[in-house]
Amino acid sequence: MTIQDLQKALNKNIRDYGMFIALFVIMTIFTIATNGLFLSPRNIADLMNQTGYIAVLAVGMTLVIVIRHIDLSVGFLAGFLGAVTAIGLSILHLPIWLVIPAVLVLGILAGLLTSLPVAKLGIPSFVASLAGWLIYRGLLLLSTTGTGTINISDPTFVALGNGSIPDIFPENSLFLPGLHKVTLLLGLLAIIWFIFSDLRARKQKKSYQFDVIPTDMLILKLVLISGALAFITWKLAGYNGMGWTVVIMLVVVGIYDWISRQTVLGRHIYAVGGNPEAAELSGISVSKITLMVFGSMGLLSAVAGILFASRLQSAGPTAGTLFELDAIAAAYIGGVSAAGGVGKITGSMVGALVYMSLRNGMNLMGVDESLQYIIRGGVLVLAVIFDVSTRRVKR
Amino acid sequence: MSPHILEMRSISKTFPGVKALDEVSFQVAEGEIHCLVGENGAGKSTLMKVLSGVYPHGSYSGDILFRGEVQSFRGISDSEHAGIAIIYQELALFPELSVYENILMGQEITKGLSVDWNETIKKATQMLKTVRLNVNPETLVKDLGIGQQQLIEIAKALCKDVKLLILDEPTAALNEDDAENLLSLIQDLKKSGITSVLISHRLKEVIEIADTVTVLRDGRTICTLDRHKGEVSETLLIKNMVGREINNIYPPRHHKIEDELVLQVNNWSAYSPKLGRAVLKNVSFKLRKGEIIGIAGLMGSGRTELAKSLFGNPDGYEIEGEVTFHQQKNRFRSPSEAIKAGLAYASEDRKGNGLILIQDIKSNITLANLLKISRRGVVDANQEVKHANEFKAALNIKAPSVEQAVVNLSGGNQQKVSIAKWLFVEPKILILDEPSRGIDVGAKFEIYTIMNRLVELGMSIIMISSELPEVLGMSDRIYVVSAGKIAGELSREEADQEKIMHLATQ
Ligand SMILES: Nc1ncnc2c1ncn2[C@@H]1O[C@H](COP(=O)(O)OP(=O)(O)OP(=O)(O)O)[C@@H](O)[C@H]1O
Ligand SMILES: [Mg+2]
Repeated sequence: MTIQDLQKALNKNIRDYGMFIALFVIMTIFTIATNGLFLSPRNIADLMNQTGYIAVLAVGMTLVIVIRHIDLSVGFLAGFLGAVTAIGLSILHLPIWLVIPAVLVLGILAGLLTSLPVAKLGIPSFVASLAGWLIYRGLLLLSTTGTGTINISDPTFVALGNGSIPDIFPENSLFLPGLHKVTLLLGLLAIIWFIFSDLRARKQKKSYQFDVIPTDMLILKLVLISGALAFITWKLAGYNGMGWTVVIMLVVVGIYDWISRQTVLGRHIYAVGGNPEAAELSGISVSKITLMVFGSMGLLSAVAGILFASRLQSAGPTAGTLFELDAIAAAYIGGVSAAGGVGKITGSMVGALVYMSLRNGMNLMGVDESLQYIIRGGVLVLAVIFDVSTRRVKR
Repeated sequence: MSPHILEMRSISKTFPGVKALDEVSFQVAEGEIHCLVGENGAGKSTLMKVLSGVYPHGSYSGDILFRGEVQSFRGISDSEHAGIAIIYQELALFPELSVYENILMGQEITKGLSVDWNETIKKATQMLKTVRLNVNPETLVKDLGIGQQQLIEIAKALCKDVKLLILDEPTAALNEDDAENLLSLIQDLKKSGITSVLISHRLKEVIEIADTVTVLRDGRTICTLDRHKGEVSETLLIKNMVGREINNIYPPRHHKIEDELVLQVNNWSAYSPKLGRAVLKNVSFKLRKGEIIGIAGLMGSGRTELAKSLFGNPDGYEIEGEVTFHQQKNRFRSPSEAIKAGLAYASEDRKGNGLILIQDIKSNITLANLLKISRRGVVDANQEVKHANEFKAALNIKAPSVEQAVVNLSGGNQQKVSIAKWLFVEPKILILDEPSRGIDVGAKFEIYTIMNRLVELGMSIIMISSELPEVLGMSDRIYVVSAGKIAGELSREEADQEKIMHLATQ
């Protein structure tokens, strides 16, 4: 393998790997700037937990943007649903197994409500969801007026945002002392699954005589990605193990990625985004798809609201402020196209990770908040410019 | 012979997986009408895009000499500046703007900092006269027919100081009358010294109008024929384009139409709230099993509206009347209901209503019937590729693989994908709206052959078409639509061009 080969392969797949390269660069810079603090197990665990609720929102937002809409209401909806959860648990003392499903259902209903005028009357989603933004903000204030910030002490609930998956092996056994064995096991399984499915996809492509990347390139790719997975696993295992937030995030990303790529529903969503008129004439109900996508956005807002409330162990009157913009930024960094029909779920998750790494790293470095905003803005623009320009150059 | 105004020498252009142009040479004499013909995907549009700077200097190899000078256009504005105007296969007008705004778009007449609207309207009126279009310059472009829009495009081009006018399939979307009109305009322009390059799949008009014809095949120049030496004939053109002879482009059909009525429409009327007028008035017709009926009529006469109103009414017309579909009185409330019942509609507007351009061939073909290749809601990717490949082979869709994005296909190959999509649905009744728009003779023959095979298998076809030879050649019966009404019904035996045009202009 020559350098030229590598360059060629990189150029060809730059869109797919660009995000990972950006993440790698950002992480390296922060690691150097913080003398390694950024890569400490504790901080990696922290970063993953912070990313959770934004990644979950970004996943839902990806589909919303894919069908050429936008949802501004998700931030305060998440905040409001967090408050509802807190009221349910701490004031009404309802059991958690009742509260969480109820809040999730409430999220779906809220999403459907926002999109009803969009789907049925053709009202622009910007306006409909701006109305939602105002309304949910009002509801959030209303539900916290008497009490102010509502603390939540339910241990199961608090674990969602702060706890880790249990380890079945004792922590200080002779075998790998100080490491979280279940996390390691899961990481190992993930690596095996990744390599296996990649090779299988390649074999299938080959059987159709499609182009596949050359073997040495493949090995490099597998080694790099497995290495990254192993690294993160190792870090997480070194500090309490994988958090529940990470588990929830990965489950959400996994399910949505599968839906978007493999199912009829997913195909219909991307078709509506690609050309709504053609989709309608192909027998796809655009309004039904719109309702479903916004319904899912509402559901994920509820998940994000729960994760956030659990992380803070409370629900306050400003919870959820600006989440919607963070989620939109993450989705765009992850390569969603505003023209509709284009955008990967996994891309948006990596986008969220990039975005939150910036925030986390700059906090560690003690960068002033005003400067942080400016830098994040710059990165957003750069990411989109990168995306647009790599989309154009097709050679 | 006059000197060459344009010479393109050994032009090559490659896209990923496709060599679109391979050492093409192309020469146009000053003041002539030069036709460029070739199969779908032969490279005609690409060659013209190279010439006009859409593909900038450096992205292709070879030389362009225009008016004796080597040119290296970096964009359309460069070539426009040199005196080359190109009108694309797809029109590029602003539907919501008026005729005069469109004509002077990009070359506004200004007074100080502001646009001088009076001068603009005056100039536009003058240009309208040149192209012999009799409309009020204040009309919005969206209210004009396609033929008129085409003329607006030409007016727009003529505003600039054009030496060479390139028209990429200008007549594909026009009916005979509009096409005639356009061709005679081009001949007038020739008299006033403008050289034209015309791309067309309608060989009749090529023979009628061209001084010289260049044939491309698979990205190579096959030959250049001179009409004045008597070298241009339909058989010769077809032979050079396709590489074999096609004697009868309407293949004969040997089967009996059954008596069973599969579709019966009675007193069907539709009112469009958006347009604020009735689009269909008391339309009645019937269709038998195994029959092909042709629906002829002028642009805007209501043929497409009729098809869409039957196909689940996606445009939200207010409808009165009765349909009997396979012995059941049934009015479909959405395209999805219609598709489920076995009705399919391949739209005339493949870009706007037919295809999802950013997606690949296979996704477009399977879109309307994903359930066929999925189990419990999960799409079987292998099945999808398999089916798509079958259609690619059957319709001879030119692309490196079915994973190619449809936006990268030539116009005619896009049309094939949009037809394949509806064949994949396996409908009982197939409505084809302008099925052969923009496709080459070879592909037409393929599509007609497929139509024949389908009706032999018991399917019924409604073919809407503005091309009279096609209507006459393929239909068992013909309905002529005029101003939203059925103006008449003709059997295959009694129909001819005059009768149809007579009914259509009633
Ligand atoms: N942007 C692109 N990317 C990849 N392939 C392309 C692109 N544009 C054109 N092609 C390919 O180049 C070839 C020539 O296309 P072109 O549009 O010039 O054909 P054409 O002769 O105009 O055909 P038609 O009569 O169907 O319009 C086709 O095989 C087409 O698929
Ligand atoms: Mg073309």
